[in-house]
Amino acid sequence: MTAVNERALKLGDDSLILGQRLSEWCGHAPMLEVDLALANIALDLIGQATLFLGRAGDPDALAFRRDVLDFKNCLLVEQPNGDFAQTIARLFLFSNWQELMLRGLSSSHEFGDIARKSVKEVAYHARYASEWVVRLGDGTDESRRRMIAGLDWMWRFTPELFDGEEASVRGEWDARIDSVLRDAGLDRPKDTRPILGGRNGHHSEHLGHLLAEMQFLQRAYPGATW
Amino acid sequence: MSKEWPLWEVFVRARNGLSHKHAGSVHAADARMALEAARDTYTRRMEGVSLWVVPSASITASDPSEAAALFEPASDKVYRHPTFYVIPDNVKNI
Repeated sequence: MTAVNERALKLGDDSLILGQRLSEWCGHAPMLEVDLALANIALDLIGQATLFLGRAGDPDALAFRRDVLDFKNCLLVEQPNGDFAQTIARLFLFSNWQELMLRGLSSSHEFGDIARKSVKEVAYHARYASEWVVRLGDGTDESRRRMIAGLDWMWRFTPELFDGEEASVRGEWDARIDSVLRDAGLDRPKDTRPILGGRNGHHSEHLGHLLAEMQFLQRAYPGATW
Repeated sequence: MSKEWPLWEVFVRARNGLSHKHAGSVHAADARMALEAARDTYTRRMEGVSLWVVPSASITASDPSEAAALFEPASDKVYRHPTFYVIPDNVKNI
């Protein structure tokens, strides 16, 4: 596999898997407005996935007929939705990273066009999630407790984001995360042993379940269209 | 206290140069959230370039039972329309 293909898969799979995760909220979110917002973000992400995976091959085949070991997404995006705060924690940590990463990618020869289009979408995702972190963290006792639990769950998967090409955005990401956490009155979670492996296809058990649902139709009825 | 978030009225400007038009309403806990909900609800198909949100409670509405006194007197004042007047042929630029 060429380096460009590999990169396209990582970028595309991150967006695809998080898009699928967020779309699981459709019809279940606490408010109609939140339901729409999460579905909009999911659709943005799936659109990005289509573009990035298109640089590595047929995006539909890559999304629906690839086995779990061949997915290159980071472990963070495949983590379960949990409650709303856990979903927000994942989106907060990921979107802030993704925005910085895409900004750096904007001048790239291979992916610049996709990055420049996507970075505007992701800037909104980051803003949306960051505001919810403040609202929940600085809200009621229960919302604060849930926000802390959500961040604790997701935190150990963040070092993987900075493994390899994106090590350079670490400083700026830290500053952004710390600033939002300060506004929310939350402590930065303690660093624990980082969990890596997604980029090499070593995924948590959660991804298999996600793919089973996402790929069922194309696996059962190959080439089905409607 | 109600568990529902307060209601906000949403106004969308479709294009620069046009005025904001009422589009509908959203529930939100604060103004920032109301703007985002309005963006996600009412501008997802490129309907707008600018948004206003106003707490619904801040809007003072006319009383329907006063409609007769407020609006009906205008119905027979045809001379308030410019089309009532005949413009002389030699008046330019009107």
